[in-house]
Amino acid sequence: MGGQKKGGARVSEDAEEQSPQRLQAILLADSFATKFRPVTLERPKVLLPIVNVPMIGYTLAWLEYAGIEEVFVFCCAHAIQIIEYLEKSEWYSHPNLVVRTIESHKSISAGDALRYMYEQQAETSQIQGDFVLVSGDTVSNMPLADLIQEHRERKKKDEKAIMTMAIKQSKSSSLTHQSRLGTDQLFIAVDPLTKQLLHYEEDKIDHPRGSVCLDKSLLESNPSVLVSNDMQDCYIDICSPEVLSLFEDNFDYQHLRRHFVKGVLVDDIMGYKIFTHEIHSSYAARIDNFRSYDTVSKDIIQRWTYPYVPDINFSGNRPLKLGRQGIYRACDAVLSRSADVGASSVIGYGTKIGDGVKILNSVIGNGCSIGSNVVIEGSYIWNNVTIEDGCEIRNAIVCDGVKIRAGAVLEPGVVLSFNVVVGRDFVVPAYSKVSLLQQPTTEDSDEELEYADSSSGTADHLSGLNLQMESKASELGPDGAGYIWEVCEGAHDEEWKHSVAPIPKDKLAEITQAIDDDDTDDESVVPTSGELKSDADSINTDMNDPNDDYCYFEKEVEGTVLRAVEENIKVDLVTLEINGLRLSYNMESADCAGATFYSMMKLAVDTPHNSASELYKNAASIITKWKELLGFYVKKIDEQIEVIMKFEEMCQEPPKELGPLFTQILHLLYDKDVLQEDAILRWAEEKAGADETDKVYLKQCETFIQWLKEASEEEDEDDEDEEDDD
Amino acid sequence: MPDVQSMVAEFVNKLRKRKIEGSQATAKCTVELLRSVISHQRVPHANQAAALIDAVKAVGQQLVAANPVELAVGNVVRRVLHIIREEDLSLTTAAMAGLDLLDASDDDDIDNCKGIGYPAMSAAVVAAAARSTLRPPSLQTLLEGTPESATVPYTSSSGADSESKTADKSSLTRKLKHDVIEGVNQLIHEISGCHEQIAEQAIEHIHQNEVILTLGSSRTVLEFLCAAKEKKRSFRVFVAEGAPRYQGHLLAKELVARGLQTTVITDSAVFAMISRVNMVIIGAHAVMANGGVIGPVGVNMAALAAKKHAVPFVVLAGSHKLCPLYPHNPEVLLNELRSPSELLDFGEFSDCLDFGAGSGSLQVVNPTFDYVPPNLVSLFITDTGGHNPSYMYRLIADYYSADDLVM
Repeated sequence: MGGQKKGGARVSEDAEEQSPQRLQAILLADSFATKFRPVTLERPKVLLPIVNVPMIGYTLAWLEYAGIEEVFVFCCAHAIQIIEYLEKSEWYSHPNLVVRTIESHKSISAGDALRYMYEQQAETSQIQGDFVLVSGDTVSNMPLADLIQEHRERKKKDEKAIMTMAIKQSKSSSLTHQSRLGTDQLFIAVDPLTKQLLHYEEDKIDHPRGSVCLDKSLLESNPSVLVSNDMQDCYIDICSPEVLSLFEDNFDYQHLRRHFVKGVLVDDIMGYKIFTHEIHSSYAARIDNFRSYDTVSKDIIQRWTYPYVPDINFSGNRPLKLGRQGIYRACDAVLSRSADVGASSVIGYGTKIGDGVKILNSVIGNGCSIGSNVVIEGSYIWNNVTIEDGCEIRNAIVCDGVKIRAGAVLEPGVVLSFNVVVGRDFVVPAYSKVSLLQQPTTEDSDEELEYADSSSGTADHLSGLNLQMESKASELGPDGAGYIWEVCEGAHDEEWKHSVAPIPKDKLAEITQAIDDDDTDDESVVPTSGELKSDADSINTDMNDPNDDYCYFEKEVEGTVLRAVEENIKVDLVTLEINGLRLSYNMESADCAGATFYSMMKLAVDTPHNSASELYKNAASIITKWKELLGFYVKKIDEQIEVIMKFEEMCQEPPKELGPLFTQILHLLYDKDVLQEDAILRWAEEKAGADETDKVYLKQCETFIQWLKEASEEEDEDDEDEEDDD
Repeated sequence: MPDVQSMVAEFVNKLRKRKIEGSQATAKCTVELLRSVISHQRVPHANQAAALIDAVKAVGQQLVAANPVELAVGNVVRRVLHIIREEDLSLTTAAMAGLDLLDASDDDDIDNCKGIGYPAMSAAVVAAAARSTLRPPSLQTLLEGTPESATVPYTSSSGADSESKTADKSSLTRKLKHDVIEGVNQLIHEISGCHEQIAEQAIEHIHQNEVILTLGSSRTVLEFLCAAKEKKRSFRVFVAEGAPRYQGHLLAKELVARGLQTTVITDSAVFAMISRVNMVIIGAHAVMANGGVIGPVGVNMAALAAKKHAVPFVVLAGSHKLCPLYPHNPEVLLNELRSPSELLDFGEFSDCLDFGAGSGSLQVVNPTFDYVPPNLVSLFITDTGGHNPSYMYRLIADYYSADDLVM
């Protein structure tokens, strides 16, 4: 908490004097993700260098440039390292930008972080108004002042406009449906006039079919909706203070987009709105995985992030000299005469490069020494790396202090974490991740390692490990050191998608093949972007088949009922649970009635029985016991009819055991007051006009219906009699 | 002192982030900053000039490092250094004059006087001062000296010969600083007045019914053209738009607002139009010591076209744009590559910008400046008049001390 106190002392004096219009930002210096493992086990992600400057340097420089006056850096994993970096850098003493650190080790998600901020807020009230919410891995040069002004004005007019998020057009690959940054394609729906965000979908979508599901009510309430799939979310949000309290209220919000944005969009009780702001000429991107690390690095070298480029000192970095073909070279780098440095390369200070070295599209950090006849292509070599003669490195990330012994080969997609040693002539297989730290074995300990504050002990820990390495034959050749991490089972196929290496040709061919196959039976592909009018029918065809949903719902209900029967749970609780399911699947209460009845009957059928009468007994006992549950959903005639229809359906299902019992059970339901006679009569009327095949069960219970009819007539007469009496 | 430090830091920061644009604005900010540096600098009794020079140099190095492409910063720092040296020199000369006087009257008093008035002055300084009195006056002093001698600070000090021998140390300290600040003020005045000075000459260069071509936007050019217009000259202006920043559009707007006949053309139409043009007038970003010009991108093309059709190519430059450096590899070293987003829309082209698929990627180069070699320039118009490119080195020798070229 040292850092926080330091910041806090400085705040308290002048906090009151500041005008409420002071521009503030919250910078999350933790991605709360594991995509950069194993590197992030030893160093926080925001301190990883991108083109030789820590990511957080880009973010802070941009915030300062954009006129932000105060930044709260929220540190979580490796907080001490981040605070140390900030203390050493120029940011702590910057004239225009006050940097404060907030430390919390308990937070495991962005949601937790903001809740922590909210709690702190109660004591210190640091956040005085609208603030910018970014993560420490954002590289951008967009101006913020106008955007904040726009947000404030909108907020003045509309209390409910609590957030403005920046989006940028960026076409995704037509083959892999992956954005340039390696994230999944994003579907958003925006009101073209007000720019209000209506729908946000970044989860896996059925890509080959190109379908996206929109709520019909969206089209009812908005005259026009702009749906696009070529937008990239910049993860730069202008938030009002309400956002913090929303996180506090909804303690289950973890992820900013998956939970918070979706939650706000779905929740129509509070009626909060999110707006979008498309940025055109400026650049913004978030480094979310190794692929985006690669893409953003290249964008920086190509100067899209100007003025945050290597030849300008923007964050205490020593500027490099820019030569032709986008080659940035430090003035004291020593290059052999025969070394061939190709286009778009960066060579840092104090780096020595030997004879016959070929470098292309790569970034080489400070203090590296590279032997002769080394080939480096599309790779990121960090600081103080030693590469001996004749190595080949393609599309790899090599962290600080790594030693690559002569003749070793790194295949595409390799990530070597800190101080790993690759043995002589060893070939590191493609996409492998190598670290001195052993891979955490179970998923649980996974979390611990990432978020717990291991920074204090890292050094000792490492030296210990080194010793251990020496004694043990390494996985990286006899003179190497490091563990090759196993790829987690789920992510195996995805590995090529998120790595620094370009997607291999054979994979591309595979995908193209798959798409061609799909095209034969489904030629409609969603256009990149288009405007849908509310009267367009086409949207219906895009809808997911509602039957699918119903099937899942039915299964869930069945499970619930089964559990209820087995564990003898109270009816109230079961109702609550089914209601929950109803809301989450967006079903009507008639569907619940149908599903509940279905599961009860299924239970009856599944209970062992020898004869039809035994089956009837089973059914009767279940219905008697759980009629209240059913009764909860069959309050209306329509719902009761639904139950009968469902029952009819069930009777036709393969075992057909229930068929002969149709009338008996119907009678039972009538007796138990689950079904009213009106419902049964209505059902009979509806069925009267149906095909002969459909009438099987109607015929079967003809006598029962006849009896009902008579009874009701009698009743009517009774009523009349009573009326007469009055 | 601390506030000077923070001022320097803030200015360095602005330069780094490329927040200040335009060489005139930068030059002005730099001089003002240096003035406050000088006025806050505590001067020791001995070797005052050296202390000032060191202070200014230290700040100057920071500023130049912050944005090496903005040459005006370096120019102004060197100008200020030059002023300090000149003032120091003139004070010493004055002292020498005093000594000479005494020398003539009474030899015994020399040591006495030295002991009282100039204890710190070494023989070498005296010798140097004596040498410099023999130095031929610079051309500029010859040209400007007579009418302005009253306002030029160092000439004013020459009248104080008799008092100087009795002047105590503190007044002398103040004197140098005061004179330097006077000189810097004059420089500020000169920089802010350079437009008018240049514009005054417009009438001599622009004639009735001429067609003038310009490229990009420059305030000097705007004032120059308007001055001619005010003198009832009627002429037409072609403005090349200056892609990709299209500052020519802004210039055209202003010209029309001032009532000039203006036509906007694309940069690529320059060659087609040049045969109808009587004169090309552009504003420079910087003028190098060899007479080469750093100007907005596209200028070299216009200069070549002008050469081909024997159209005079005139460059307007305030004296703060004169740079004492030679352009070694100017295309790269003195250029600034800006963001490609000025050329094309990131969103539209995002699919061909290096994507993981490994297919060919699109590269965009967006240089800000062009270098025009001296042989393509017909005439420079600075605030001191018109000059030939080959004369630039001489002008520069007037404005800068050779000691300051390498900072």
